[in-house]
Amino acid sequence: MTLTLDAPRIVETRPLLEVHGVSKSYGTVQAVRNVSAHAYPGEVLGIVGESGSGKSTLLRMMNLEEIPETGSYTLDLPDVSGNLFELDRFARRMLCATKIGIVYQNPHLGLLMKHSSSGNVAERLLVAGERSFATLRQAATEALEASEFPLDRLDAPPIELSGGMQQRVQLAKAIALEPALLLLDEPTTGLDVSVQALVLDTLKRLQQDRQITMVIVSHDLGVIRTLADRVMVMRRGEVVETGLADQIFQDPQHPYTQQLVHAKL
Amino acid sequence: MSLSTLTKPWEAMSYGFLDGSAKRELRRKMLKSVAVPGCQMPYASREVPMARGWGTGGLQVSLTLVNPQTRVKVIDQGADDSVNAASIRRFIARVAGTHTTMDTLEADLIQSRHRIPEEILREDQVLVLQVPNPEPLRPVQPNMSIARQMHADADYGRMWLQLYEQIVRSGRVMQGASYPSLVNGRHVMTPSPIPRWDVPKLHMAKHLTILSAGREKRIFAVPPFTRVEPLVFSDVPYKVEGHGHLTCTRSGTTGFFMNEIPQDDGSSAFEVSDSEWGVKTIRAHDGEGESRGETWYKDGEMPQ
Repeated sequence: MTLTLDAPRIVETRPLLEVHGVSKSYGTVQAVRNVSAHAYPGEVLGIVGESGSGKSTLLRMMNLEEIPETGSYTLDLPDVSGNLFELDRFARRMLCATKIGIVYQNPHLGLLMKHSSSGNVAERLLVAGERSFATLRQAATEALEASEFPLDRLDAPPIELSGGMQQRVQLAKAIALEPALLLLDEPTTGLDVSVQALVLDTLKRLQQDRQITMVIVSHDLGVIRTLADRVMVMRRGEVVETGLADQIFQDPQHPYTQQLVHAKL
Repeated sequence: MSLSTLTKPWEAMSYGFLDGSAKRELRRKMLKSVAVPGCQMPYASREVPMARGWGTGGLQVSLTLVNPQTRVKVIDQGADDSVNAASIRRFIARVAGTHTTMDTLEADLIQSRHRIPEEILREDQVLVLQVPNPEPLRPVQPNMSIARQMHADADYGRMWLQLYEQIVRSGRVMQGASYPSLVNGRHVMTPSPIPRWDVPKLHMAKHLTILSAGREKRIFAVPPFTRVEPLVFSDVPYKVEGHGHLTCTRSGTTGFFMNEIPQDDGSSAFEVSDSEWGVKTIRAHDGEGESRGETWYKDGEMPQ
């Protein structure tokens, strides 16, 4: 049997997400200094770093919640063009609702705690303009099912749910409109180890099923190792090292990354 | 010429109780609210000799609009003879020397709490509604600064969330009064606590409706011939209260919004909520001549 191999091709896909040279300071504190990042379609980009390293600020910028002083942000999607930091409030909201999903560490930030869980998911579709009750109901149920939420608690308000369940509601809300980009801000911090494993499992499966581009921020190397294809290490608002996940974990170059990896393992 | 010949003689109060500058401010804000239908305009709500929440907003608008020729009608929950309605009517008559009436067709200015009369209002009539809570977004967005931004962006998706939850919980839309409605395709307003029955009356109506909240200091308007569409899901139609088949025990009229009166044996009797409509029906039955005008609802149905 002869094995035929295709001639090697140059990868021509352009990054889905490109952040270039962003800086942001709060008063005298420089949170992010001249950071650039990119993620290819279907790729999972992990951002690690200690508390205060600017990783969450960077993620909030990717969700257009914060606008940096300098820098540009582009998403390579149909009918999205130009520097997204320059969009007006209205366009920004529409883009965030339809193209970007986000899961916060604190469910209070992402959910209406006293409305029903399915309502929380349906809200995403309502903002995007869906006005049919049957469609909303079905889409909410499907999204919650995809994030492995028990369907008998469909209409329970998140305030009555456990932490792991709340994260699943957030996840369902984030994926309800099948966004091109999913942002995860410490999605499993504050959950106990077994629940954490289950949530990570769900995320992994979602990523495989739907090929969503993800950016995951965590201080937990275990989480990053499980999910990320490529890793960016941040410290004091700057990127100190970036590379493939295996590369970073097996052969860290920067002293800070070495410390981080050894502290973990 | 001395100064005393130029000044007016001393009076206990200015005409219509409010001073000139207050009325001017209110008129300007009314014009603004008519110019942007359904948009809430802030105004400097003045003190009137009545507690906040009893119709001070509506009263200030009425006092600004009246002149000695105006015929004023005041209703409270549909009734002309309740204490609150009677007191406001008497107060306006006393400070502005206006005529008062209970007949909807005769009135030039109708101040109302919680109801729109059953008879169709004309182009020359003004309806003033008292509003306790002017912000339709309050149940879904407690932060008023953000709510204002949402109005500016026409970001009303969350209003449907409220309806969604009601259908999920109870199987139908439970919003009984203050049903959120889209005015002129742009602003969502709460049409004051009028029942769902009354909301279609505002759609493309011939009369001007001014809604005023005294405590919250907000005024908004539905100009004549303006679209007022209650928010609905595309697959769940808007439904008014099922009062179309009920008969009033006092006047025998059928097909209008009723008040339910519980009876000793556990059953209910019904009485037409628009008291003047009931009175007119009784008069017609007693052979005192027909004084009833055209009504919005015909045989308990709103013609489309």
